[in-house]
Amino acid sequence: MALEGRKLSRETKDRLLALGFPLGLLFLWEGLVRMDALDARFFPAPSTVLQALWILIVKGELLGKFWRLPALITAGNWSEGLRTISEGHLWISLFRIFSGFLLGAVPGIVLGVIMGMNRTVRIAIDPVVSAVYVLPKIAILPLVMLIFGIGELSKVVIVAIASFFLILINTMAGVRDIEPIFFEAAKNYGAGRRQMFWQVIIPGALPIIFAGLRLSLGTALIVIIAAEFVAAKHGLGFLIWYSWQTLLTENMFAGLLVIMILGAAFTRGLQTIEHWVMPWRREPAPSLIEKGEPGGKRN
Amino acid sequence: MAVVKIKVQGVSKIFPQPKGSFEAVKDFSLQVNEGEFLCLVGPSGCGKSTILRMLAGLITPSQGVISIQEGGSGDPLQNIVFQEYAIFPWKTVAQNVGFGLAMRGVPRTRRQAVVTEWLRKVGLLKFAEAYPHQLSGGMKQRVSIARAFANNPEILLMDEPLGALDAQIRAILQEELIRIWEEQRKTVVYITHSIEEAVFLGDRVILMTAHPGTYKTEFPIPFSRPRKAPLMSHPDFGRLTYAIWQELRVEVERTMEQQKWL
Repeated sequence: MALEGRKLSRETKDRLLALGFPLGLLFLWEGLVRMDALDARFFPAPSTVLQALWILIVKGELLGKFWRLPALITAGNWSEGLRTISEGHLWISLFRIFSGFLLGAVPGIVLGVIMGMNRTVRIAIDPVVSAVYVLPKIAILPLVMLIFGIGELSKVVIVAIASFFLILINTMAGVRDIEPIFFEAAKNYGAGRRQMFWQVIIPGALPIIFAGLRLSLGTALIVIIAAEFVAAKHGLGFLIWYSWQTLLTENMFAGLLVIMILGAAFTRGLQTIEHWVMPWRREPAPSLIEKGEPGGKRN
Repeated sequence: MAVVKIKVQGVSKIFPQPKGSFEAVKDFSLQVNEGEFLCLVGPSGCGKSTILRMLAGLITPSQGVISIQEGGSGDPLQNIVFQEYAIFPWKTVAQNVGFGLAMRGVPRTRRQAVVTEWLRKVGLLKFAEAYPHQLSGGMKQRVSIARAFANNPEILLMDEPLGALDAQIRAILQEELIRIWEEQRKTVVYITHSIEEAVFLGDRVILMTAHPGTYKTEFPIPFSRPRKAPLMSHPDFGRLTYAIWQELRVEVERTMEQQKWL
């Protein structure tokens, strides 16, 4: 009983430490700025950053003038509603990230499976993929803009290209990583081509495909911010860049904060989807494990 | 006179290698009768698994003929119980056991009935919805065995199905396996390292030589069925396993010699 109490207090201690230390740093920062030990022009206090974030929201810069939405929708003015929302830096960046991500992920998975299964295709395409893969995708932004113009499309395309290669390479690795014995077993039990694809290849490669999705979502974030630095009039990247140019550092920090929240939300969202799509990867229920029967590897 | 189910005549298998070629099986012949439990024993690397894969049609012989008498009942011809845990980690126990039925398009209700029956037979009914990673090694191999039996093939090909288990679990599963088989009496080709296992389970034990694997000799197993665990303590059981070991030992020593030079 005493032992249990101690164990619980230790967990609480850990949690306090994990939460308290960063919080302490923020207070230290705040304090140093207020004592003028830290230059507020370069490092605005956390309270100032939060305030700036709040102003960005109420002025409709970050999220658009979303309070106008209910009225516009009831009036049936959808196009005006959409325009209102698209003025928010966050939404426009999210749109670019997700449409580009989707545009890259779907063909990436399809071609990845084909390259994983078919040796001829793999040998033919692999050098091209490897060559383009090592290129930092932001480096081809000028080329993309040359082809797709300076509008919205070029930003979506650059994100799509960045996602495509990461997902392609991971999917291919995932398919090749499937134990040959699973193919043998499926064949021996009468699986046809279509069944092989849906029953063995996709679920077998899914864990590594998801690793690719995670990586490419992170890369998509990097690429879109960089692209918005130099070639946009909207978006989180533009917000940060513009705030720097006009020395509104508290807005710059607010933009960074939003990106951090975005990154954490992406990771969390993908984890949830992963959990839902791959129920067999969830932690084993301890009661199900037969005690005292060792032997054999565990998957 | 028993009906010949499987006939293997002068089969060889040569695998092409970067340097020359590797002869896994050489001039191997074999007959298996309908309803016979045949055990194939040999030193490791003697091509036992290659023979099984040829019987399953997963690889084709380089030379020789394999003919299998089809029953014409519409049931699948053969299924393998694999050496490792070749059950699908992404499918539940029930989905794994029903995999062959699902692939053949057996309707869901019929499939569920068969799966439930087999889960009960191998004692995994309450684990139907569990995933393989939640199971112990012994339970996984029960799933693998149930998957094969549930598909109701004419021939069962077993590739050291109990090889990865520890000795105690293995003894339990041997008894379960023989009990199930004695109900079904399917034609079985069973590969194993263990002479005791072969003598306990089989109607006949065929010994193979060291690499390149070919037929060496065979031993009929005279013990009556149903067989139970106490058989293993019978003096005749010990004498027979020792006699087989005397023959096998030469081949194992040859295998060790070969490995020295590799």
